[in-house]
Amino acid sequence: MSTDALSPYIVSLVTFAPLGGAVLLTLLPRRDRDIRVIAFLVSLITFGLSIHLPVYFRRGLPGFQFEVDKQWIASPNIHYHMAVDGISMWLVVLTTFLTPLCVLISWKSVHDRVKEFFILLLVLETALIGVFTSLDLFLFYFFWEATLIPMALLIGVFGHERKVYAAVKFFMYTMIASVFMLAAILWLYAHTGSFDFIVIRDQIARGAVANFPAAAQWLFLGFFLAFAVKVPLFPFHTWLPDAHVEAPTAGSVLLAGVLLKMGTYGMLRFNLGLFPEQARRNAPWIMTLALIGIIYGALVAMVQPNMKKLIAYSSVSHLGFVVLGIFSFTVSGLNGAMFVMLAHGISTGGLFMLAGILHERRHTYEIAEFGGLASITPVYAASYLFIVLASVGLPLLNGFVGEFLVLNGAFQARPIYGILGATGVIWSACYLLWMFQRVFYGKVTNPVNNSMRDMLGFEKAAVWPCAVAALVMGVAPILWLAAIDPAVQGALIPLAQVVSKVVIQ
Amino acid sequence: MTWPALLLQTLPQTEDYIRILPELVLSAFGIIIMLLDAVVDEEKNQKTLGGIAFGGTLVALAATWYMAQFPGLAFSNTIKIDSFSVFFDSLVIVIAAVVILSSFEYLAVQRIRASEYFALILFGVVGMTIMSSAVELVLIFIGLEMSSISTYVLAGFRRNDASSGESSLKYFLLGSFATAFFLYGVALMFGATGSTNIDIIGQKLQSAPADVLVFVSMALMFVGLGFKVAAAPFHIWTPDVYEGAPAPVVGFMSTAPKAAAFAVLLRVVFTINAPGRFWFLWVTAALSMTLGNVGALVQSNVKRMLAYSSIAHAGYLLVAFAMISPQNSLTGISAAMFYTAAYAAMNVGAFAVVSHFANAGERYVTLEDYEGLGRSSPLLAAALAMFLLSLIGIPMTGGFFAKFYVFSAAIRANLIWLTLIGVVNSAIGAYYYLRIIVSMYMREPRRAVPVTPVSFGVGSALALSLIATLYLGILPNRVLQVAQHSAQDLLPQQSSSGNSSVAPTPSLAGTPQQ
Repeated sequence: MSTDALSPYIVSLVTFAPLGGAVLLTLLPRRDRDIRVIAFLVSLITFGLSIHLPVYFRRGLPGFQFEVDKQWIASPNIHYHMAVDGISMWLVVLTTFLTPLCVLISWKSVHDRVKEFFILLLVLETALIGVFTSLDLFLFYFFWEATLIPMALLIGVFGHERKVYAAVKFFMYTMIASVFMLAAILWLYAHTGSFDFIVIRDQIARGAVANFPAAAQWLFLGFFLAFAVKVPLFPFHTWLPDAHVEAPTAGSVLLAGVLLKMGTYGMLRFNLGLFPEQARRNAPWIMTLALIGIIYGALVAMVQPNMKKLIAYSSVSHLGFVVLGIFSFTVSGLNGAMFVMLAHGISTGGLFMLAGILHERRHTYEIAEFGGLASITPVYAASYLFIVLASVGLPLLNGFVGEFLVLNGAFQARPIYGILGATGVIWSACYLLWMFQRVFYGKVTNPVNNSMRDMLGFEKAAVWPCAVAALVMGVAPILWLAAIDPAVQGALIPLAQVVSKVVIQ
Repeated sequence: MTWPALLLQTLPQTEDYIRILPELVLSAFGIIIMLLDAVVDEEKNQKTLGGIAFGGTLVALAATWYMAQFPGLAFSNTIKIDSFSVFFDSLVIVIAAVVILSSFEYLAVQRIRASEYFALILFGVVGMTIMSSAVELVLIFIGLEMSSISTYVLAGFRRNDASSGESSLKYFLLGSFATAFFLYGVALMFGATGSTNIDIIGQKLQSAPADVLVFVSMALMFVGLGFKVAAAPFHIWTPDVYEGAPAPVVGFMSTAPKAAAFAVLLRVVFTINAPGRFWFLWVTAALSMTLGNVGALVQSNVKRMLAYSSIAHAGYLLVAFAMISPQNSLTGISAAMFYTAAYAAMNVGAFAVVSHFANAGERYVTLEDYEGLGRSSPLLAAALAMFLLSLIGIPMTGGFFAKFYVFSAAIRANLIWLTLIGVVNSAIGAYYYLRIIVSMYMREPRRAVPVTPVSFGVGSALALSLIATLYLGILPNRVLQVAQHSAQDLLPQQSSSGNSSVAPTPSLAGTPQQ
C-alpha cells in the first residue's frame, strides 16, 4: 500500500494526533520520565505524519489539497471541513517541527507538574494545527479560541514571577478581540447560510450576499481586530512582552513561533480572501501601522535590559514585515510575508530556546548579568550567533529571503514603504548584534558565570535543528516557495479583479 | 345525547392521566418519603429516603418518555403535551436527579437531618413540570407557586446559619411579591381577552388589535417571570439568596425553576405572540448581561460570583427571545431551549463542586479558599475548570455552543447591537471565571483547606454534568434537532384551531437520528 493512501485522512491525523497523545498522557501514572518520553514520541510522530503533506503536495496548484468535508452539525450548517494549501501547509509543518523541540527544551527545565505541562503542550499543538487546517469558519473559531486556554495555563502555571498578570492579560486581550470576529462570522452565516470559507468567498465574489456592501467594512474590521491583536500589530502589542517574559521557554517558542502567525495567517486567508475590496481600501493605514511596528518594535528592543523582552519586541518588528508584505498585494510581498512567517518561527523559536538555556543556568534574563560568555561556553555562543545571524537576515540564512521579498513587494506598492521598511533590517542588526556583543564578548564581568556549563545534549538536540532549518531555508528557499507561490497567486486573484473592476468603472 | 354519555365525555380520559404521569409519579414518591420519614429513624435512613427520591426521578423520567407517545391536550385543554413540554420536563427531572445525587454527602457533612429535603425537591419538580406543560395561565400560576414554595423552604435548610434564614425569608417575601405580579397580569389578561388559555389568547390577539390592558398585563406577567429567572432589573435578590442557601440547593434553584420559568416565558411570549415585547426584552437582556457580569467582577465569594453569573446568563438567554418574525422566532426558541439545557449542565456541575468543597458549615466559599486546589485535588479542580470554561463559552463545551447558537439567531434577526453587547459581555465575563481558575492553578494556598474525598454520589453527579457539558459542546446535533422540533410545536400554526395539537406530533423518543 502506498503511503499516498493516507492522503484523505492525513489532515485529521496530523491535527488530532497530539490530542490523542494528550489523552494518553492523562491516563498514565505520574512518572515524569515516561511522560517526557511519550510526549516527545507523540510530537515526533506528529511531525513525521505532517511530512506527508509536503511530500504528496501537488505543487503548482493554487487550491486546497488533502480535503475532508463532512457534515458535523445539520442546523446550523456546520461542516468538518479541513484542508491545506501552500500557505497553511507550511505553517502546519512549522508547528509540528517546533513542538518536539519544545518538548526537548522543557526536558529538565520543567520539573513540577510535568504531566500537566506536556498535556497542555500537546493540546495546544492540536489547536494550533486546527487553526491552520480548518476551512469552516465555525471550526476555525473553535480552534482559534481553543488555543487560548492551554497557552494561558502554560504561562500562568509554569511561568515566572508575574505569571498570573501576564496570563490574564494575554487571555483577556485576545478573547475580547476575537469576539468581534465571532460577530462577523455570525453575520456572514446569517447572510450566506454557510460557514464554509470557500462557499462564502464565492458568494461574496459573485455579489450574492445581501447587504454586503454596507456591512463589509465592519466585517473586515471585526476579523482584522482579532488578527491584529494576535499578530500583534502596533498599538495592540502590549500583551506580548509580558506574556513572553513570564512564559516558560516552550510557551514562548510556540507563542512567538506559531501563535503570532495565527494572526498573520488570518489576515492573509480571511481579510484578503473574503474582503479584497476592503483590504485594498484599508491598506494604507494598516501598512502605516506595520511600519510603525517595525521601527518602534526595533527601537524598543534596542533599549531592553531583559533578553527575553528584547526578543519579544523583535517579534513585533518582524511581524510588522509580514503585515507589510501581505498588504502590499504583490506576489513578491505575499511570498515574502509567508516566508518571513516561517523564518521568524524558526529563528525566534531558536532564540527563545537559547534564552531559556541561559535562564536555566542563571535564573535571570538580564543582559547586564552576563558578558564574555563566548570563552566559557563556546558551543552555546556559536549556536547563538548562528541563530542571531539568521534572525538579522544574513544572506544564505532564512531571514534574508523573506525580508528581501517583502521589501521588494513594498517598493512595488509604494517606494516610501520599502524605504522605511528597509531601515527595519538595519535596526534588527543593531539590537541583536549589540545584545550578542554584550552577552558573549569582552571579559567575563560576572564571576558567577565562570562555572556556567555549556550546552547539554538535549539542548543541542533542541537548538540545532533550528539552525539547520535556517540554513536550508536560506540556501534553497525554492523548496518552500514552489508550494507557496501558486497559493499566493491564487489569493491575489480576487484582489486583481477588484482593481480591474475599478479600472473599468 | 344521554347524560351518562355526556358525563363520560367531560370526565378525564385515560390519556389525560398519562399526560400528567410524571407529576403523578413524582408526587407519589414525595408522599411516600414524607410518610416513611414520619415512621423510620431519620438519622439511619436518610440515605434510603434519598435513594427513594432518586429512584422517583428515574421513574418520572421513564414516565415522561412514555408520556411523549401521547401528545395532545388534557384536562379540559389546560395541559398540553408536545415535544416542547417533554423537553423541559425531562430537563428539570434530570436536574433534580443530579442534585439529589450531589446532596447526600452535603446533608451528611452539614449534619442536616431532614428527609423532607428530598420530598421538597420532588414537589418542586412537580410544580416545574406543570409549568412546562400547562397552557392555562391559572394552572401555570399553581405550578409556579408549587415550585417556588418548595424552593423557599429549601433555601432555609441550613437552619443554624443566619444567612440561610435571611436567604429563605428574602426569597419568600420578594418571591411572593413577584408571583402576585404574575397573578395580577393573568387577571388583567382575562379582563382583556376573556380567557386564560394561552392558545385562545393568542388567537384573540391575532384577530383583534391589542388594547392597553394587554400591554399592562404582559408587563406584569413579565415582572413575575423576570423575577423567577433572575433577569435585571428584577435580579437584586439573587446574590443574597444564593449566598445564604445551601450550595446544592443553589445548584438546583439556579437551573430547574429557571428552566421552567423560561419554558413559561417561551410559551407566553411566542404562543401569545405578545405585542410590544421587543424593546422590553431587548433592554432586559442587555441590562441582565451587563449588570450580571459587572457585578460578578468584584465578588470574592464564589457563590455570590456564580449568582451574578446566573444573572448574566439569563441575559444571554433573553437575547433569544427578542425575535419577531416566525422564522427567526423558530431559531430563537430552539436557541433558548438549547441554552437552558447547556446552562443547567454546567451550573449544576459547578455547584456540585462548590458544595463539596464548602465543607461543614460552608466555611470554604471564597476565592482565597480555592487557592492551590489544582494541586491538592486535581480531579475536582479539573471538573470545576471545565464547568467554568463552559460558562465562559470556550469551544468544546456546551456553553460555547449555546452562546454561539443564541448569538447566531440574534444576528440572523439583525440584532447587531444586542449581539455586540452580548459578545463583549461574554469576553468581560471571562475575567471573573478566570479568577477562580487562576486561584486554583496559579496561586499557592495561603492556608490549609481540607478537601474531603469525593463520595460516590458527588462523583457521579459531577461525571453526569461533565459528560452533558461536553456532549452538548461536541455533538450538539441531536439536542439541537429536538429543540428545533419542539420550537415548531410551540409556534402557533397559521391555520390553527383550538385543538391544534391534534396534528401528528412525532414523539421525542421517535426523533430520527439525522
